[in-house]
Amino acid sequence: MTKIATRTAYGQTLVKLGEENPNIVVLDADLSKSTKTADFAKKFPERFFNAGIAEANLMGMSAGLAAAGKIPFASTFAVFATGRAFEQVRNSIAYPKLNVKVAATHAGITVGEDGGSHQSVEDVSLMRSLPNMTVIVPADAVETDKAVRAAAEHQGPVYIRLGRLDLPVILPEDYEFKLGKAVVLREGWDAAVFANGTMLALALEAAEELAREGVETAVINVSTVKPLDTATVAEVARQAGAVVSAEEHSIIGGLGSAIAEALVENCPVPMERVGLMDTFGESGSPWELMEKYGLTAAGIAAAVRRVHRRKTNG
Amino acid sequence: MNQAKVEELSGRAREMRRMIIEMLAASKSGHPGGSLSAVEIVSTLYFAAMNIDPADPHKPDRDRFVLSKGHAAPVLYAALAEKGFFPREELLTLRKTGSQLQGHPDMKKTPGVDMSTGSLGQGISAAVGMALAGKLDKKDYRVYALLGDGECEEGMVWEAAMAASHYKLDNLTAFLDYNGLQIDGPVQEVMNPTPLAEKWQAFGWEVIKIDGHDFGAIWGALEMAGETKGKPTMIIARTVKGKGVSFMENQVGWHGNAPNAEQAAQALAELGGGKS
Repeated sequence: MTKIATRTAYGQTLVKLGEENPNIVVLDADLSKSTKTADFAKKFPERFFNAGIAEANLMGMSAGLAAAGKIPFASTFAVFATGRAFEQVRNSIAYPKLNVKVAATHAGITVGEDGGSHQSVEDVSLMRSLPNMTVIVPADAVETDKAVRAAAEHQGPVYIRLGRLDLPVILPEDYEFKLGKAVVLREGWDAAVFANGTMLALALEAAEELAREGVETAVINVSTVKPLDTATVAEVARQAGAVVSAEEHSIIGGLGSAIAEALVENCPVPMERVGLMDTFGESGSPWELMEKYGLTAAGIAAAVRRVHRRKTNG
Repeated sequence: MNQAKVEELSGRAREMRRMIIEMLAASKSGHPGGSLSAVEIVSTLYFAAMNIDPADPHKPDRDRFVLSKGHAAPVLYAALAEKGFFPREELLTLRKTGSQLQGHPDMKKTPGVDMSTGSLGQGISAAVGMALAGKLDKKDYRVYALLGDGECEEGMVWEAAMAASHYKLDNLTAFLDYNGLQIDGPVQEVMNPTPLAEKWQAFGWEVIKIDGHDFGAIWGALEMAGETKGKPTMIIARTVKGKGVSFMENQVGWHGNAPNAEQAAQALAELGGGKS
Protein backbone atom coordinates (compact mmCIF):
# COMPACT_ATOMS: atom_id res chain seq x y z
CA MET A 1 0.00 0.00 0.00
CA THR A 2 1.24 3.48 -0.85
CA LYS A 3 2.23 5.47 2.19
CA ILE A 4 2.53 9.20 2.08
CA ALA A 5 2.49 11.88 4.78
CA THR A 6 -0.18 14.55 4.62
CA ARG A 7 2.59 17.17 4.76
CA THR A 8 4.06 15.68 1.59
CA ALA A 9 0.71 15.78 -0.17
CA TYR A 10 0.35 19.39 0.97
CA GLY A 11 3.69 20.33 -0.55
CA GLN A 12 2.77 18.69 -3.85
CA THR A 13 -0.62 20.36 -4.03
CA LEU A 14 0.90 23.74 -3.21
CA VAL A 15 3.08 23.52 -6.29
CA LYS A 16 0.07 22.74 -8.47
CA LEU A 17 -1.92 25.56 -6.89
CA GLY A 18 1.01 27.87 -7.51
CA GLU A 19 0.83 27.05 -11.19
CA GLU A 20 -2.92 27.58 -11.30
CA ASN A 21 -3.23 30.73 -9.23
CA PRO A 22 -0.63 33.53 -9.25
CA ASN A 23 -2.14 34.97 -6.07
CA ILE A 24 -1.00 32.02 -3.98
CA VAL A 25 2.01 32.91 -1.84
CA VAL A 26 3.71 30.69 0.72
CA LEU A 27 5.43 31.63 3.94
CA ASP A 28 7.46 29.49 6.26
CA ALA A 29 9.56 29.90 9.39
CA ASP A 30 12.80 28.06 8.64
CA LEU A 31 11.09 24.69 8.39
CA SER A 32 10.36 24.52 4.67
CA LYS A 33 12.08 21.18 4.22
CA SER A 34 10.02 19.68 7.02
CA THR A 35 6.71 21.33 6.15
CA LYS A 36 7.34 20.52 2.48
CA THR A 37 6.85 24.09 1.31
CA ALA A 38 10.40 23.86 -0.07
CA ASP A 39 9.08 22.50 -3.37
CA PHE A 40 6.95 25.60 -3.85
CA ALA A 41 9.91 27.77 -2.83
CA LYS A 42 12.05 26.15 -5.49
CA LYS A 43 9.45 26.50 -8.20
CA PHE A 44 8.21 29.99 -7.30
CA PRO A 45 11.01 31.70 -5.37
CA GLU A 46 9.47 35.15 -5.85
CA ARG A 47 6.27 34.00 -4.17
CA PHE A 48 7.90 32.30 -1.22
CA PHE A 49 8.82 34.25 1.89
CA ASN A 50 10.88 32.79 4.66
CA ALA A 51 10.17 34.58 7.93
CA GLY A 52 13.10 32.94 9.60
CA ILE A 53 12.59 31.63 13.10
CA ALA A 54 9.94 34.23 13.86
CA GLU A 55 6.46 32.78 13.95
CA ALA A 56 4.72 35.90 15.19
CA ASN A 57 5.96 37.82 12.18
CA LEU A 58 5.17 34.85 9.94
CA MET A 59 1.50 35.31 10.80
CA GLY A 60 1.65 39.10 10.74
CA MET A 61 3.22 39.22 7.29
CA SER A 62 0.69 36.67 6.05
CA ALA A 63 -2.09 38.93 7.30
CA GLY A 64 -0.62 41.91 5.47
CA LEU A 65 -0.23 39.93 2.25
CA ALA A 66 -3.85 38.82 2.52
CA ALA A 67 -4.99 42.38 3.18
CA ALA A 68 -3.30 43.30 -0.10
CA GLY A 69 -5.14 40.58 -2.03
CA LYS A 70 -2.81 37.59 -1.84
CA ILE A 71 -3.75 34.08 -0.68
CA PRO A 72 -0.99 33.24 1.79
CA PHE A 73 -0.32 29.72 3.04
CA ALA A 74 1.64 30.08 6.28
CA SER A 75 3.42 26.95 7.40
CA THR A 76 5.38 25.84 10.40
CA PHE A 77 4.93 23.14 13.03
CA ALA A 78 1.47 23.04 14.60
CA VAL A 79 2.79 23.75 18.07
CA PHE A 80 4.32 27.05 16.91
CA ALA A 81 1.61 28.06 14.45
CA THR A 82 -1.20 27.74 16.95
CA GLY A 83 0.61 28.15 20.24
CA ARG A 84 3.44 30.59 19.93
CA ALA A 85 1.65 32.69 17.33
CA PHE A 86 -1.84 32.22 18.73
CA GLU A 87 -2.53 35.85 19.36
CA GLN A 88 -1.24 36.88 15.95
CA VAL A 89 -3.56 34.35 14.38
CA ARG A 90 -6.35 35.67 16.57
CA ASN A 91 -5.93 39.41 16.15
CA SER A 92 -4.28 39.79 12.76
CA ILE A 93 -5.96 36.91 10.89
CA ALA A 94 -9.18 35.63 12.48
CA TYR A 95 -10.48 38.91 13.89
CA PRO A 96 -10.20 40.80 10.57
CA LYS A 97 -11.23 37.59 8.74
CA LEU A 98 -8.23 37.77 6.44
CA ASN A 99 -7.72 35.17 3.76
CA VAL A 100 -4.77 33.36 5.35
CA LYS A 101 -4.39 29.58 5.32
CA VAL A 102 -2.46 28.37 8.33
CA ALA A 103 -1.19 24.98 7.15
CA ALA A 104 0.58 23.45 10.11
CA THR A 105 2.53 20.21 10.00
CA HIS A 106 3.94 17.91 12.69
CA ALA A 107 0.67 17.82 14.57
CA GLY A 108 0.02 15.22 17.23
CA ILE A 109 2.22 12.61 18.87
CA THR A 110 3.18 10.93 15.58
CA VAL A 111 5.89 13.61 15.44
CA GLY A 112 7.62 10.90 17.44
CA GLU A 113 11.21 11.23 18.57
CA ASP A 114 11.28 15.05 18.94
CA GLY A 115 9.09 14.58 22.00
CA GLY A 116 6.35 16.40 23.85
CA SER A 117 7.71 19.92 23.31
CA HIS A 118 7.09 19.51 19.59
CA GLN A 119 3.93 17.40 19.65
CA SER A 120 0.90 19.60 19.38
CA VAL A 121 -2.06 18.05 21.20
CA GLU A 122 -4.09 21.24 21.63
CA ASP A 123 -3.92 22.97 18.22
CA VAL A 124 -7.42 22.02 17.05
CA SER A 125 -8.83 23.19 20.34
CA LEU A 126 -7.09 26.56 20.03
CA MET A 127 -8.04 27.14 16.41
CA ARG A 128 -11.59 25.89 16.84
CA SER A 129 -12.20 28.47 19.56
CA LEU A 130 -11.53 31.36 17.19
CA PRO A 131 -14.50 32.98 15.46
CA ASN A 132 -14.19 33.09 11.64
CA MET A 133 -11.77 30.16 11.63
CA THR A 134 -12.35 26.99 9.60
CA VAL A 135 -10.54 23.89 10.87
CA ILE A 136 -9.69 20.91 8.67
CA VAL A 137 -7.94 17.67 9.67
CA PRO A 138 -7.38 15.56 6.55
CA ALA A 139 -6.90 11.83 6.90
CA ASP A 140 -4.59 10.97 4.02
CA ALA A 141 -2.86 12.30 0.93
CA VAL A 142 -5.98 12.19 -1.23
CA GLU A 143 -8.00 14.18 1.22
CA THR A 144 -5.15 16.60 1.89
CA ASP A 145 -4.96 17.51 -1.78
CA LYS A 146 -8.68 18.21 -1.91
CA ALA A 147 -8.73 20.01 1.43
CA VAL A 148 -5.86 22.30 0.49
CA ARG A 149 -7.60 23.17 -2.76
CA ALA A 150 -10.86 23.82 -0.92
CA ALA A 151 -9.02 26.02 1.56
CA ALA A 152 -7.53 28.06 -1.26
CA GLU A 153 -10.99 28.59 -2.75
CA HIS A 154 -12.61 29.42 0.58
CA GLN A 155 -12.65 33.13 1.38
CA GLY A 156 -11.40 33.50 4.95
CA PRO A 157 -8.99 32.02 7.47
CA VAL A 158 -8.46 28.26 7.47
CA TYR A 159 -6.41 26.03 9.74
CA ILE A 160 -5.20 22.82 8.09
CA ARG A 161 -3.72 20.20 10.41
CA LEU A 162 -1.06 18.03 8.80
CA GLY A 163 1.19 15.26 10.00
CA ARG A 164 4.78 14.21 9.70
CA LEU A 165 4.24 10.49 9.45
CA ASP A 166 3.81 8.48 6.26
CA LEU A 167 0.25 7.15 6.25
CA PRO A 168 -1.63 4.70 4.05
CA VAL A 169 -3.87 6.24 1.42
CA ILE A 170 -7.32 5.06 2.42
CA LEU A 171 -9.64 7.26 0.39
CA PRO A 172 -10.27 6.72 -3.31
CA GLU A 173 -8.97 9.27 -5.83
CA ASP A 174 -12.54 10.33 -6.61
CA TYR A 175 -13.36 10.92 -2.94
CA GLU A 176 -15.66 13.88 -2.70
CA PHE A 177 -14.36 16.41 -0.20
CA LYS A 178 -16.66 19.23 0.72
CA LEU A 179 -15.72 21.85 3.27
CA GLY A 180 -18.01 21.48 6.28
CA LYS A 181 -19.31 18.06 5.26
CA ALA A 182 -18.85 14.90 7.31
CA VAL A 183 -18.75 11.76 5.18
CA VAL A 184 -20.11 8.37 6.18
CA LEU A 185 -17.46 5.92 4.99
CA ARG A 186 -19.01 2.82 6.47
CA GLU A 187 -22.61 2.21 7.45
CA GLY A 188 -23.51 0.62 10.77
CA TRP A 189 -26.48 0.65 13.11
CA ASP A 190 -25.05 -0.56 16.42
CA ALA A 191 -22.59 2.26 17.03
CA ALA A 192 -20.72 5.00 15.19
CA VAL A 193 -17.15 6.29 15.26
CA PHE A 194 -16.45 9.89 14.33
CA ALA A 195 -12.79 10.16 13.40
CA ASN A 196 -10.33 12.27 11.46
CA GLY A 197 -6.65 12.51 10.64
CA THR A 198 -4.50 9.52 11.52
CA MET A 199 -7.36 7.97 13.49
CA LEU A 200 -9.64 7.49 10.50
CA ALA A 201 -7.77 4.44 9.15
CA LEU A 202 -7.69 2.99 12.65
CA ALA A 203 -11.44 3.56 13.03
CA LEU A 204 -12.09 1.65 9.80
CA GLU A 205 -9.89 -1.15 11.07
CA ALA A 206 -11.77 -1.19 14.37
CA ALA A 207 -15.10 -1.38 12.52
CA GLU A 208 -13.88 -4.48 10.65
CA GLU A 209 -12.93 -6.14 13.92
CA LEU A 210 -16.27 -5.19 15.53
CA ALA A 211 -18.24 -6.47 12.56
CA ARG A 212 -16.71 -9.91 13.13
CA GLU A 213 -18.20 -9.76 16.63
CA GLY A 214 -21.54 -8.71 15.22
CA VAL A 215 -21.32 -5.06 16.21
CA GLU A 216 -22.04 -3.10 13.05
CA THR A 217 -20.20 0.18 13.43
CA ALA A 218 -20.53 3.23 11.24
CA VAL A 219 -17.38 5.23 10.51
CA ILE A 220 -17.67 8.91 9.71
CA ASN A 221 -14.84 11.08 8.47
CA VAL A 222 -15.21 14.42 10.21
CA SER A 223 -12.30 16.18 8.57
CA THR A 224 -13.92 19.59 8.89
CA VAL A 225 -14.01 20.05 12.64
CA LYS A 226 -15.30 23.57 12.19
CA PRO A 227 -17.85 24.35 10.95
CA LEU A 228 -19.03 20.98 12.22
CA ASP A 229 -21.55 19.11 10.08
CA THR A 230 -23.99 18.96 12.96
CA ALA A 231 -26.83 17.61 10.80
CA THR A 232 -24.88 14.54 9.70
CA VAL A 233 -23.38 14.01 13.15
CA ALA A 234 -26.81 14.12 14.83
CA GLU A 235 -28.44 11.92 12.20
CA VAL A 236 -25.76 9.27 12.48
CA ALA A 237 -25.93 9.40 16.28
CA ARG A 238 -29.72 9.03 16.20
CA GLN A 239 -29.45 5.91 14.02
CA ALA A 240 -26.52 4.35 15.87
CA GLY A 241 -27.52 5.31 19.39
CA ALA A 242 -23.95 5.08 20.68
CA VAL A 243 -20.89 6.97 19.49
CA VAL A 244 -17.14 7.23 19.88
CA SER A 245 -14.88 10.05 18.75
CA ALA A 246 -11.29 9.32 17.77
CA GLU A 247 -8.56 11.89 17.26
CA GLU A 248 -4.81 12.23 17.65
CA HIS A 249 -5.32 15.24 19.88
CA SER A 250 -6.31 16.00 23.43
CA ILE A 251 -9.84 14.93 24.27
CA ILE A 252 -10.29 18.51 25.47
CA GLY A 253 -11.41 20.97 22.84
CA GLY A 254 -10.91 18.97 19.66
CA LEU A 255 -13.10 16.68 17.59
CA GLY A 256 -14.43 14.81 20.64
CA SER A 257 -15.50 18.03 22.28
CA ALA A 258 -17.09 19.31 19.07
CA ILE A 259 -19.09 16.10 18.64
CA ALA A 260 -20.10 16.05 22.30
CA GLU A 261 -21.26 19.67 22.14
CA ALA A 262 -23.33 18.96 19.06
CA LEU A 263 -24.88 15.79 20.44
CA VAL A 264 -25.69 17.17 23.88
CA GLU A 265 -27.81 19.79 22.16
CA ASN A 266 -29.25 17.69 19.37
CA CYS A 267 -29.21 13.99 20.18
CA PRO A 268 -27.66 12.88 23.46
CA VAL A 269 -26.48 9.27 23.25
CA PRO A 270 -23.84 7.27 25.14
CA MET A 271 -20.44 8.57 24.02
CA GLU A 272 -16.75 8.03 24.64
CA ARG A 273 -13.79 10.02 23.45
CA VAL A 274 -10.61 8.36 22.25
CA GLY A 275 -7.69 10.74 22.22
CA LEU A 276 -4.93 11.99 24.46
CA MET A 277 -6.33 11.96 27.96
CA ASP A 278 -5.30 15.47 28.99
CA THR A 279 -1.63 14.65 28.69
CA PHE A 280 1.40 15.79 26.71
CA GLY A 281 3.28 13.35 24.54
CA GLU A 282 6.89 12.19 24.81
CA SER A 283 9.76 10.89 22.71
CA GLY A 284 9.43 7.55 21.01
CA SER A 285 8.69 6.01 17.66
CA PRO A 286 5.33 7.20 16.35
CA TRP A 287 3.45 3.90 16.39
CA GLU A 288 4.85 2.92 19.77
CA LEU A 289 3.54 6.21 21.13
CA MET A 290 0.14 5.65 19.53
CA GLU A 291 0.06 2.26 21.23
CA LYS A 292 1.19 3.68 24.57
CA TYR A 293 -1.49 6.38 24.57
CA GLY A 294 -4.25 4.04 23.39
CA LEU A 295 -4.65 5.57 19.97
CA THR A 296 -5.15 2.23 18.22
CA ALA A 297 -7.82 0.26 16.42
CA ALA A 298 -8.08 -1.89 19.53
CA GLY A 299 -8.53 1.19 21.69
CA ILE A 300 -11.32 2.45 19.45
CA ALA A 301 -12.96 -0.99 19.36
CA ALA A 302 -12.88 -1.22 23.16
CA ALA A 303 -14.54 2.18 23.45
CA VAL A 304 -17.20 1.13 20.94
CA ARG A 305 -17.94 -2.03 22.93
CA ARG A 306 -18.38 0.06 26.08
CA VAL A 307 -20.77 2.60 24.52
CA HIS A 308 -22.64 -0.19 22.77
CA ARG A 309 -23.10 -1.92 26.12
CA ARG A 310 -24.31 1.32 27.72
CA LYS A 311 -26.80 1.70 24.89
CA THR A 312 -28.18 -1.85 25.08
CA ASN A 313 -28.24 -1.87 28.88
CA GLY A 314 -29.68 1.68 28.88
CA MET B 1 6.42 72.14 1.57
CA ASN B 2 5.21 75.68 1.00
CA GLN B 3 3.74 77.97 3.62
CA ALA B 4 0.22 77.64 2.29
CA LYS B 5 0.36 73.86 2.69
CA VAL B 6 1.76 74.19 6.20
CA GLU B 7 -1.10 76.51 7.06
CA GLU B 8 -3.62 74.11 5.58
CA LEU B 9 -2.15 71.23 7.57
CA SER B 10 -2.11 73.31 10.75
CA GLY B 11 -5.81 73.92 10.29
CA ARG B 12 -6.45 70.22 9.68
CA ALA B 13 -4.40 69.32 12.72
CA ARG B 14 -6.30 71.72 14.95
CA GLU B 15 -9.58 70.34 13.65
CA MET B 16 -8.39 66.78 14.24
CA ARG B 17 -7.38 67.63 17.81
CA ARG B 18 -10.84 69.06 18.39
CA MET B 19 -12.37 65.88 17.02
CA ILE B 20 -10.19 63.74 19.28
CA ILE B 21 -11.32 65.64 22.35
CA GLU B 22 -14.96 65.65 21.27
CA MET B 23 -15.11 61.93 20.49
CA LEU B 24 -13.30 60.92 23.66
CA ALA B 25 -15.54 63.13 25.79
CA ALA B 26 -18.54 61.52 24.11
CA SER B 27 -17.27 57.97 24.54
CA LYS B 28 -16.06 58.64 28.08
CA SER B 29 -13.17 56.27 27.42
CA GLY B 30 -10.19 55.96 25.11
CA HIS B 31 -6.65 57.22 24.65
CA PRO B 32 -6.06 60.96 24.26
CA GLY B 33 -2.32 61.24 24.99
CA GLY B 34 -0.95 59.09 22.19
CA SER B 35 -3.61 60.33 19.79
CA LEU B 36 -2.72 63.99 20.30
CA SER B 37 1.01 63.31 19.99
CA ALA B 38 0.56 61.85 16.49
CA VAL B 39 -1.73 64.49 14.95
CA GLU B 40 0.91 66.22 12.80
CA ILE B 41 2.26 62.89 11.54
CA VAL B 42 -1.16 61.51 10.64
CA SER B 43 -2.47 64.76 9.14
CA THR B 44 0.62 65.06 6.94
CA LEU B 45 0.09 61.50 5.73
CA TYR B 46 -3.62 61.92 5.01
CA PHE B 47 -3.56 65.46 3.61
CA ALA B 48 -0.20 65.67 1.89
CA ALA B 49 1.37 62.28 1.29
CA MET B 50 -1.06 59.45 0.73
CA ASN B 51 -2.76 58.51 -2.51
CA ILE B 52 -6.21 57.56 -1.22
CA ASP B 53 -9.80 58.15 -2.26
CA PRO B 54 -12.63 58.33 0.29
CA ALA B 55 -15.04 57.36 -2.50
CA ASP B 56 -13.09 54.14 -3.13
CA PRO B 57 -11.51 53.02 0.16
CA HIS B 58 -10.39 49.67 -1.26
CA LYS B 59 -8.76 51.03 -4.42
CA PRO B 60 -6.04 48.42 -5.11
CA ASP B 61 -3.33 50.95 -5.96
CA ARG B 62 -3.89 53.12 -2.90
CA ASP B 63 -1.24 53.87 -0.34
CA ARG B 64 -1.81 52.03 2.92
CA PHE B 65 -1.60 53.19 6.51
CA VAL B 66 -1.33 50.82 9.44
CA LEU B 67 -1.80 52.28 12.89
CA SER B 68 0.39 49.81 14.71
CA LYS B 69 -0.18 51.70 17.96
CA GLY B 70 -3.87 50.93 17.55
CA HIS B 71 -4.95 52.57 20.82
CA ALA B 72 -4.43 55.90 19.06
CA ALA B 73 -7.53 55.08 17.01
CA PRO B 74 -9.03 58.56 17.65
CA VAL B 75 -6.31 60.28 15.60
CA LEU B 76 -6.95 57.89 12.72
CA TYR B 77 -10.72 58.33 12.93
CA ALA B 78 -10.29 62.10 13.02
CA ALA B 79 -8.16 61.96 9.85
CA LEU B 80 -10.65 59.68 8.11
CA ALA B 81 -13.61 61.89 9.04
CA GLU B 82 -11.75 65.04 8.01
CA LYS B 83 -10.84 63.34 4.73
CA GLY B 84 -14.46 62.37 4.11
CA PHE B 85 -14.44 58.59 4.61
CA PHE B 86 -17.47 58.96 6.87
CA PRO B 87 -19.50 61.85 8.33
CA ARG B 88 -17.96 63.72 11.22
CA GLU B 89 -21.03 63.01 13.39
CA GLU B 90 -20.02 59.34 13.37
CA LEU B 91 -17.12 60.25 15.64
CA LEU B 92 -19.49 60.75 18.54
CA THR B 93 -20.43 57.06 18.37
CA LEU B 94 -16.84 56.03 19.19
CA ARG B 95 -16.70 52.89 21.35
CA LYS B 96 -20.48 52.71 21.64
CA THR B 97 -22.45 49.52 20.98
CA GLY B 98 -23.13 49.11 17.27
CA SER B 99 -20.67 51.82 16.22
CA GLN B 100 -18.43 51.39 13.20
CA LEU B 101 -15.74 53.07 15.29
CA GLN B 102 -14.37 50.39 17.56
CA GLY B 103 -12.07 51.09 20.49
CA HIS B 104 -9.21 49.92 18.31
CA PRO B 105 -9.13 50.07 14.48
CA ASP B 106 -11.26 47.46 12.73
CA MET B 107 -10.77 47.12 8.99
CA LYS B 108 -14.04 45.19 8.71
CA LYS B 109 -16.12 47.96 10.19
CA THR B 110 -14.54 51.27 9.29
CA PRO B 111 -14.06 52.56 5.74
CA GLY B 112 -10.48 53.68 5.23
CA VAL B 113 -8.95 51.47 7.92
CA ASP B 114 -6.40 49.27 6.13
CA MET B 115 -5.61 46.89 9.00
CA SER B 116 -7.19 45.87 12.27
CA THR B 117 -4.76 46.65 15.04
CA GLY B 118 -4.63 47.18 18.76
CA SER B 119 -2.48 44.35 19.96
CA LEU B 120 0.90 46.05 19.91
CA GLY B 121 3.61 44.85 17.57
CA GLN B 122 1.25 43.26 15.09
CA GLY B 123 0.54 46.26 12.86
CA ILE B 124 4.11 46.77 11.70
CA SER B 125 4.27 43.10 10.78
CA ALA B 126 1.12 43.38 8.67
CA ALA B 127 2.58 46.50 7.05
CA VAL B 128 5.62 44.43 6.09
CA GLY B 129 3.27 41.91 4.46
CA MET B 130 1.49 44.66 2.53
CA ALA B 131 4.80 46.07 1.33
CA LEU B 132 5.86 42.57 0.23
CA ALA B 133 2.63 42.30 -1.76
CA GLY B 134 3.30 45.67 -3.37
CA LYS B 135 6.76 44.57 -4.45
CA LEU B 136 5.44 41.24 -5.71
CA ASP B 137 2.76 42.95 -7.79
CA LYS B 138 5.25 45.59 -8.98
CA LYS B 139 2.89 48.30 -7.79
CA ASP B 140 4.24 51.61 -6.68
CA TYR B 141 1.93 52.17 -3.73
CA ARG B 142 3.58 52.92 -0.42
CA VAL B 143 2.86 51.46 2.97
CA TYR B 144 3.02 53.65 6.05
CA ALA B 145 2.96 52.50 9.64
CA LEU B 146 2.92 54.33 12.94
CA LEU B 147 4.44 52.73 16.03
CA GLY B 148 4.68 53.81 19.61
CA ASP B 149 7.92 54.01 21.54
CA GLY B 150 6.57 51.70 24.23
CA GLU B 151 5.43 49.40 21.45
CA CYS B 152 9.08 48.83 20.56
CA GLU B 153 9.31 46.76 23.72
CA GLU B 154 7.34 44.04 21.88
CA GLY B 155 9.67 41.38 20.48
CA MET B 156 7.52 41.03 17.40
CA VAL B 157 8.41 44.56 16.33
CA TRP B 158 11.99 43.42 15.85
CA GLU B 159 10.97 40.31 13.95
CA ALA B 160 9.13 42.61 11.57
CA ALA B 161 12.03 45.08 11.49
CA MET B 162 14.41 42.28 10.50
CA ALA B 163 12.10 41.05 7.76
CA ALA B 164 11.51 44.53 6.30
CA SER B 165 15.20 45.13 5.73
CA HIS B 166 15.83 41.52 4.69
CA TYR B 167 13.27 41.95 1.92
CA LYS B 168 14.58 45.45 1.08
CA LEU B 169 11.17 47.04 1.49
CA ASP B 170 11.90 50.60 0.41
CA ASN B 171 8.16 51.01 -0.18
CA LEU B 172 7.64 50.87 3.58
CA THR B 173 7.94 53.95 5.76
CA ALA B 174 7.30 53.81 9.48
CA PHE B 175 6.96 56.56 12.03
CA LEU B 176 7.88 56.13 15.65
CA ASP B 177 5.79 58.41 17.84
CA TYR B 178 8.49 59.03 20.42
CA ASN B 179 6.47 60.70 23.15
CA GLY B 180 8.45 59.05 25.94
CA LEU B 181 5.55 57.74 28.00
CA GLN B 182 3.72 54.45 28.35
CA ILE B 183 0.93 53.36 30.68
CA ASP B 184 3.09 52.62 33.70
CA GLY B 185 5.40 55.62 33.31
CA PRO B 186 8.33 56.96 31.28
CA VAL B 187 9.47 54.36 28.74
CA GLN B 188 13.01 54.52 30.04
CA GLU B 189 11.83 53.56 33.52
CA VAL B 190 9.31 50.88 32.60
CA MET B 191 11.46 48.97 30.11
CA ASN B 192 14.05 51.05 28.38
CA PRO B 193 13.74 50.63 24.60
CA THR B 194 16.52 53.12 23.83
CA PRO B 195 18.66 53.82 21.95
CA LEU B 196 15.93 53.60 19.35
CA ALA B 197 17.67 55.16 16.37
CA GLU B 198 20.68 52.88 16.74
CA LYS B 199 18.47 49.83 17.11
CA TRP B 200 16.51 50.53 13.94
CA GLN B 201 19.73 51.33 12.11
CA ALA B 202 21.26 48.08 13.31
CA PHE B 203 18.20 46.28 11.94
CA GLY B 204 18.95 47.68 8.52
CA TRP B 205 16.59 50.64 8.34
CA GLU B 206 17.30 54.15 7.14
CA VAL B 207 16.62 56.27 10.22
CA ILE B 208 15.62 59.92 10.23
CA LYS B 209 15.13 61.86 13.44
CA ILE B 210 12.71 64.78 13.43
CA ASP B 211 10.47 66.97 15.53
CA GLY B 212 7.16 65.16 15.15
CA HIS B 213 5.11 68.33 15.40
CA ASP B 214 6.92 70.15 12.57
CA PHE B 215 5.08 69.71 9.27
CA GLY B 216 8.09 70.77 7.23
CA ALA B 217 10.29 68.22 8.98
CA ILE B 218 7.71 65.46 8.56
CA TRP B 219 7.33 66.23 4.89
CA GLY B 220 11.08 66.42 4.39
CA ALA B 221 11.52 63.03 6.03
CA LEU B 222 8.79 61.52 3.87
CA GLU B 223 10.52 62.87 0.76
CA MET B 224 13.81 61.34 1.90
CA ALA B 225 12.07 58.05 2.60
CA GLY B 226 10.60 58.11 -0.90
CA GLU B 227 14.05 58.50 -2.37
CA THR B 228 15.70 55.82 -0.23
CA LYS B 229 16.28 52.62 -2.19
CA GLY B 230 16.85 49.10 -0.97
CA LYS B 231 15.72 49.54 2.61
CA PRO B 232 12.77 50.71 4.67
CA THR B 233 12.79 54.02 6.49
CA MET B 234 12.02 54.69 10.13
CA ILE B 235 11.18 58.28 10.98
CA ILE B 236 11.72 58.76 14.68
CA ALA B 237 9.48 61.65 15.57
CA ARG B 238 10.06 63.36 18.89
CA THR B 239 6.62 64.27 20.17
CA VAL B 240 4.81 65.49 23.23
CA LYS B 241 2.21 63.14 24.61
CA GLY B 242 -1.09 64.99 24.91
CA LYS B 243 0.22 67.76 22.61
CA GLY B 244 -2.00 70.81 22.31
CA VAL B 245 -3.91 70.46 25.56
CA SER B 246 -1.91 72.04 28.38
CA PHE B 247 -3.07 69.81 31.20
CA MET B 248 -2.57 66.64 29.17
CA GLU B 249 0.94 67.37 27.89
CA ASN B 250 3.58 64.96 29.16
CA GLN B 251 1.16 63.49 31.71
CA VAL B 252 1.20 59.72 32.01
CA GLY B 253 -2.31 59.82 33.45
CA TRP B 254 -3.73 60.94 30.10
CA HIS B 255 -2.61 57.81 28.27
CA GLY B 256 -5.93 56.05 28.59
CA ASN B 257 -8.38 58.37 30.30
CA ALA B 258 -11.04 60.42 28.56
CA PRO B 259 -11.70 64.03 29.52
CA ASN B 260 -14.95 64.84 31.32
CA ALA B 261 -17.24 67.57 29.97
CA GLU B 262 -15.48 70.32 31.85
CA GLN B 263 -12.01 69.18 30.83
CA ALA B 264 -13.16 68.79 27.25
CA ALA B 265 -14.53 72.34 27.22
CA GLN B 266 -11.22 73.64 28.54
CA ALA B 267 -9.28 71.62 25.97
CA LEU B 268 -11.44 72.89 23.09
CA ALA B 269 -11.07 76.46 24.32
CA GLU B 270 -7.28 76.05 24.34
CA LEU B 271 -7.25 74.52 20.89
CA GLY B 272 -9.41 77.26 19.40
CA GLY B 273 -10.75 77.01 15.89
CA GLY B 274 -13.83 74.92 15.34
CA LYS B 275 -15.90 74.93 12.23
CA SER B 276 -19.16 75.90 13.90
